[in-house]
Amino acid sequence: MTLIKTLKQWQESENNVTPERIYLNRRKFMTKSGVFAASAVGGMLAANKLLLAADGTPLKKLPHQKTQYNPGEELTTEQAITSYNNFYEFGTNKTDPAKNAHRLTIEPWKVKVMGLTEAPGVYDIDDLIDYNNLEERIYRLRCVEAWSMVIPWVGVSLASVLEKLKPLSTAKYVRFQTKLDTEEMPWTLTQGLDFPYVEGLRMDEALNPLSFMAVGLYGKELPKQNGAPMRLVVPWKYGFKSIKSIVSIEFTDQKPLTTWEKSAPHEYGFYANVNPNVDHPRWRQGKERRIGEFRRRETLMFNGYEEEVAHMYKDMDLTKFY
Amino acid sequence: MSKLKAITSVRNVRRYGKPIVFLVCLYPAAWLALQWYFAYTGQPHGLGFNFFEFTNRTTGEWALRYLLVALAVTPVAKLTKSFKPILFRRMLGLFAFFYVTIHMCSYVFLDLEGNMAEFIEAIAERLFITVGMLAFVLLIPLAATSFDKAQHWLGLERWRKLHKLVYIITPLGILHFYMMQKTTTPEPFIYLGIYILLMAIRYLDKRRAKA
Repeated sequence: MTLIKTLKQWQESENNVTPERIYLNRRKFMTKSGVFAASAVGGMLAANKLLLAADGTPLKKLPHQKTQYNPGEELTTEQAITSYNNFYEFGTNKTDPAKNAHRLTIEPWKVKVMGLTEAPGVYDIDDLIDYNNLEERIYRLRCVEAWSMVIPWVGVSLASVLEKLKPLSTAKYVRFQTKLDTEEMPWTLTQGLDFPYVEGLRMDEALNPLSFMAVGLYGKELPKQNGAPMRLVVPWKYGFKSIKSIVSIEFTDQKPLTTWEKSAPHEYGFYANVNPNVDHPRWRQGKERRIGEFRRRETLMFNGYEEEVAHMYKDMDLTKFY
Repeated sequence: MSKLKAITSVRNVRRYGKPIVFLVCLYPAAWLALQWYFAYTGQPHGLGFNFFEFTNRTTGEWALRYLLVALAVTPVAKLTKSFKPILFRRMLGLFAFFYVTIHMCSYVFLDLEGNMAEFIEAIAERLFITVGMLAFVLLIPLAATSFDKAQHWLGLERWRKLHKLVYIITPLGILHFYMMQKTTTPEPFIYLGIYILLMAIRYLDKRRAKA
């Protein structure tokens, strides 16, 4: 299968680690100060709690390899990444998930695999994620609400997960679903979205080397508000595509109807590629607010990943397929 | 005796009640200004991680609340059969205008960094901004004619008619809030419920007066 070959090529380049560059980058980050540090200070009071999960247990460190995936931009603070979240299952305010996501139970974590695959069944998370080969990838995250972060994820390539699940060649899309438990997530009863949360990718998007399945951030396992224990990271698409706390993976030949598209089809499309030239009806997409900065930045085409992903959309009218 | 009592209490309302209510109304704005000062000087603050979104959201909510509080004055006066609440009406209405104004300023000068082209584009292209802007514009003549002399110049009847615009402005503000949200949450409906209640009291009172 050509899929496996692509994967290998990518893994080779992936293993070219540049520790010096990352080291220098980190130093630059650590020594930067001034007015912009103010945002970090906001979370300082909570800083002691940050090494702990919401239920008070410490977040396990995850051994991982550094990679070249690093835009070289200042990292968003761990406090901001773990306190400012959209996870509507736990409330619609940005501060709600950090307060409420402790209700999510993640052990044991089973993932149902179905549809056009040779290997349907219920998998344990350990069967899907190779914890001995975790890597760190620093990606930009751009929310459709026009704010952004830079996040050091820990995980594995999505392709490495999907490869284990042996999709049939007839599979054109992959559909993901978030856990739904109305006792753990009573907010799902009142928040006006149709849960369980559903997201999807075209097969070629899912197998793109950038697509990532994260199990951690900042070198530790994912806090629940960030989508523990496993979540998608698709850095060239708006954040809502990067579905959290995944419990099912389905291979299909039908384009999945995603939660936001279903909720407001004229506002949220299936593709949801970051595109400064196509505005959302309520948010101008040309600029973004990087969390922790006072001035806005220009939004980059495909969130700065044009080189890696533009070829997948070259014959498509992106104003139509938004 | 009762006359004397009424006079002194009105004086008390003017002398003590109004300054106290004034300070209470000012508190959210003062708190917000202080948090921005803290944020700028690198101290712990309450603006969260997205200062701009937080400020837009907070000032917008206070604007809606003061609109409803100002709208509540007349029904409260009617229900308590006292004219004293009316003594606060102008101040509360002006505070509603004050919070709508800082909400606008937060959006235009903080969020959009004063980019007027972007602002005009937003009014033209984003319907929820159009609705919010309309509410603000309609509020201006009310604030501008809030002083005693304006009543005299316009004539009481015309002044009253003009100020009934707030019956349209308030639901426009609530609509703006509803349209701004990504999903349907209870908050706009709570504001709407209070608005309907206040209008219902007005309507019932008017009908009773006619009968």
